[in-house]
Parts: sequence; C-alpha cells; structure tokens
Amino acid sequence: MSAASPGRQLRCSLVVMKKNVMLYYLKPPVLIFGILFPVVFFMAFSIGRKMSPGVMVPGMVSMVLWFTATAVGPLVTPWERRAKTYERLVSAPVSIGSILAGDVLSGFLFGLVISSVAAALGTFFTDAVIRDPFLLIGGMVAGAMAFSSMGVLLSAPPSANPSNIMLLSNLVRLPLLFVSGVFVPMERMPMWARWMMPLSPLSYVSALFRLAYGQNAFCPVWFCFLILAAFAFVMFHAARKFHAMYKSRGL
Amino acid sequence: MADSTVISVKGLTRKFGTLTAVDRISFEVFRGEIFGFLGPNGAGKTTTMRMLTGIIEPTSGSAFINGYDICRDSILAREHIAVVPEQANVYLDFTVWRNMMLMAELYGIPRERRVAKGEMLLEIMGLEDKRDTKAARLSKGLKQRLMLCAALVTEPEVLFLDEPTGGLDVHSARLIRNVLRDLNAEGLTVFLTTHNMAEAGEICSRVAIIKSGRLVAVDTPVNLKSTMRRNRYVEAVFNGNVPTGDELGSIPGMIRFEVDGMKLRLFSEHPGKAAAALASMAAVSGYELMGINTCEPTFEDVFLFYTSEKGRRK
Repeated sequence: MSAASPGRQLRCSLVVMKKNVMLYYLKPPVLIFGILFPVVFFMAFSIGRKMSPGVMVPGMVSMVLWFTATAVGPLVTPWERRAKTYERLVSAPVSIGSILAGDVLSGFLFGLVISSVAAALGTFFTDAVIRDPFLLIGGMVAGAMAFSSMGVLLSAPPSANPSNIMLLSNLVRLPLLFVSGVFVPMERMPMWARWMMPLSPLSYVSALFRLAYGQNAFCPVWFCFLILAAFAFVMFHAARKFHAMYKSRGL
Repeated sequence: MADSTVISVKGLTRKFGTLTAVDRISFEVFRGEIFGFLGPNGAGKTTTMRMLTGIIEPTSGSAFINGYDICRDSILAREHIAVVPEQANVYLDFTVWRNMMLMAELYGIPRERRVAKGEMLLEIMGLEDKRDTKAARLSKGLKQRLMLCAALVTEPEVLFLDEPTGGLDVHSARLIRNVLRDLNAEGLTVFLTTHNMAEAGEICSRVAIIKSGRLVAVDTPVNLKSTMRRNRYVEAVFNGNVPTGDELGSIPGMIRFEVDGMKLRLFSEHPGKAAAALASMAAVSGYELMGINTCEPTFEDVFLFYTSEKGRRK
C-alpha cells in the first residue's frame, strides 16, 4: 500500500491518536482545563440557585464536552514543537492533515468518554431523565468532533509554549460558554447574548442535549447537526491550511 | 536522474525574510554513499537537511529523493528516509521500546517485522537493558543511540544525520560510526552533517562543503586533499640557527617557508625531494638538524581552505 494512500494515512492518524492518548491525557493542563474547569463552573452555576439539579444536567454535560474535547488539541502541537517531536512527525510519511486528524480524534475520544461519564452521573444522581438516548449520543459525537476540531485550529499559531496556546484557547472558550445558553435559558439571556448565541457551536450541542433530556431548545435537531458538521469541517480545514502555511514559512 | 542517484538537488534555495540561508545549491547523492555535508556554523547545512526531510519547504529550486519531488510527492519521498536530528527529539515520556515502535508504526512496518527489527537494533546499539526505561532517564549518548534505533527501525533507504556524534563520549561516538559503516556496507545511503572533520574525512565517500548558503566544493575527501598539493610541507627542527631564505632558495619545488623559533616549515609540491635536499644543505652548511618530517594537509586544512575567503574565491 502506498504511503500516500488514504488507508495508510488513516492508519497514521490512528497511530498519532494512540500516541496522544498515551502521552497527553494525564498532562496537568488537560486535567485542569478539561476536567477541573467544568467541575468548578458547574458548582459556580448550580450552588445557591433555586433550580432542580436535573434541569441543569444537559447544560452540565454540554459544558463538560466543550471543555474536554477542546482541551487536548491546543496542548499537543505546542508541546511537541517545544520538545521538537513535531519535527519527528512531519519528517515521517504522514500528511499534515493526517497528523491533525489524529489530534482531532484524540480530543474527540477524550470529550466523548468524559462527557459520557458526566451524563451517566447526572442521570444517576439527579431526577434528569434521558428521553432520547440516540439524540444524546449523536449530539455527543457531533459536538466532540466540532469542538476537538476547534481545539486543533487553536493550536495552529507557531508557539513552542503550551501556556500561550492554552491562554488563547481560554480566551475563546470562556466567553462562548456564557453566550451558549448552557446554564441560563435563552429567554433569560440579555439581548446581546441572544444575538451572539447562534455564533457559538456550544449553543447547538446544548440545544441537542436539552432536546435529548426532554427540554425545549432554540432550534431544530437537523439544523443543530448541520451547523456542527459544517463547523467541524471548516475548523479542521482552517487548521490544516494554517499549519501548512506556518510550515511553508519555516515556523 | 541516473538510477544510482538517490538524492538530486537542483538550485535549492531557502530564504527567511531578507536572509538567504541556502542559495541555489545543486548536487547529487548516489546509492550506497556516505555523503558528508560540511560547513561552518550558520552555513546552511541544517536548513538544507530540513528541506530535504520535509520539515521546511524550499523557497525555490527542487529536490528529489528516489525520484520523488520533496514538494509535490512529499509523502512518497519521506517514505524512503529517516532522520536523526542534532537535538534529541524522542518522546521523553515513552520508553525506549515505545519510541521505536511508534516510528515503525508511522512508517507502516508490519508488526512482526518491527518487533524483530526493534529487538535486533536494541542489541546492536547496546540498549537491551534499557528497553523499558523512559527516554527522559537516558543520558545524551543513550538518547542518541535511541534516535538512531528509532530511525533505523523504519527501514530507510536514506538516513539523514545531523551532527550524530556531537558532544558524545568516545564509546557512543565510535559505536555510532561503526554502525553507520556496517549499515552502509549493507547498502544504506547516509547523508551526514558534521563539524568533526576527522570523522568526515574518515567515513565519507564524498563531501560537499557549504559556506554562507553556497556550495564551494563537492568531491571525495582524497580529491579535495589533492587540490591542496601546494599545502604539503616539510617540517624540520634545528638546534641553534635555522637556514635563511637565501640558502633555502636552492631547495627544489619550494613554494614558501615559515620559521617559528627553531622550527622551519617549508612548503613544496614535492616534500620528499625537498626533505632530502634540506637535509643535505643542512649538513653542508653546518646546521644541526634535530628532526625532519614530511606532512600532508589534513581534512581540517581542506575544510578551512574552502571555507576561508580565499577558498571561496577559488
């Protein structure tokens, strides 16, 4: 099989994913921004509010997916640039697209596993009931793919310092969290936030999870999936373009 | 491109802003060669190697590896090469074994073959007892051996090495040189950059010398040395007076001479004849000769000649 064939490149993406899983899942920045952040935010939003915990479960799961799926991508490339292992990958017969696909898959898997745990805990310990499990799983898959693609795009700037990229990723992730209707329903959000809401991919995942838990959402299911698929596609291709551009500049 | 050509470089150029790091270089590397790519710091060696290995792209010009364009067919070109960079870039949190297997998997080496090859390489490189040690805990020499293992387990046709023995202890450096010689004897083509001129002169079939981004020489070490015939000399040590310029004028083929205390260095294209004539002249004229030697220029002299301003003009 030729090294450039799709089959070989897919296999390379899986090798990169396996490497990321083994190396980066337990790195402190991934644990802090991927697991500690959503726990702290959930507590900040839920403690002292007169709202049934079950009502908050869809928001909690979407927030967990948001933080976990976007946590791996921004770490891997800058970490590897600093350790010079990035050069090891790009001098191997692997395309930039396949390397990034491996990074996306590792973020995807991390997001999927941790948010599944969050969904299971939320359903087990609260009065939340999953009305449509397929929608929940579909939302998780589409959301994890879209968010991890965004994480990989955030890793494109040629910095060898992971903290710079983590800062950049938080500058994007945190504001979007507040305009996506995760904990505050759309009708109670200020007007400016309502205008911002459709721009955030998290809004669509949150909408899907609300529908899966039998709550109301601001847009139909098909539209959420369409937007998430388009978002994942655009983010991944933008990441590929940026990585290729920086590589051609020798950065 | 001839069948025996493994690397073909034509007018390769790389600019970083206004700086031209590599300036229209052209050369070929043939199958089974150990090709030394030499130059002073900042001459463009590493930039050239990074272009050939796909890490950065050339600004202009072209290069082919096994007939594959490094830009257009970059993945196919990279399938035939492996790289050992100057700075250790192994995954520090992976064990020695995991590092090797990762690279083999990326190159699509089947499981049975990569395991067998990996075990063989660990034995050759003396890393058997470090198999399950994390790379972070290895010394510089052992990391360098691991990088060589991780490169060789991918079964490359061309191995690129950037300063492979720089800063290593004598044992590790010798081991790496011996392994390279053995693998080369089995058909592996080696592209090597080094600052160690003795090493280059000793193991390279041919060398290219680059200075300020431009190639100033490409030839065998022997041929390059022979271009320095005028730098062969006779070194004589006297007790007391040293012969003067007028007396040395009768020495056949004398080009010039240098006196340093009681030591005379007499440059001649025929150092043997010059030594005999100098000894006769010393005996006749009453100079007490303590010792006399004929000397060839070293490969370091060749390198210095070609990388000096004078050499470049040539």
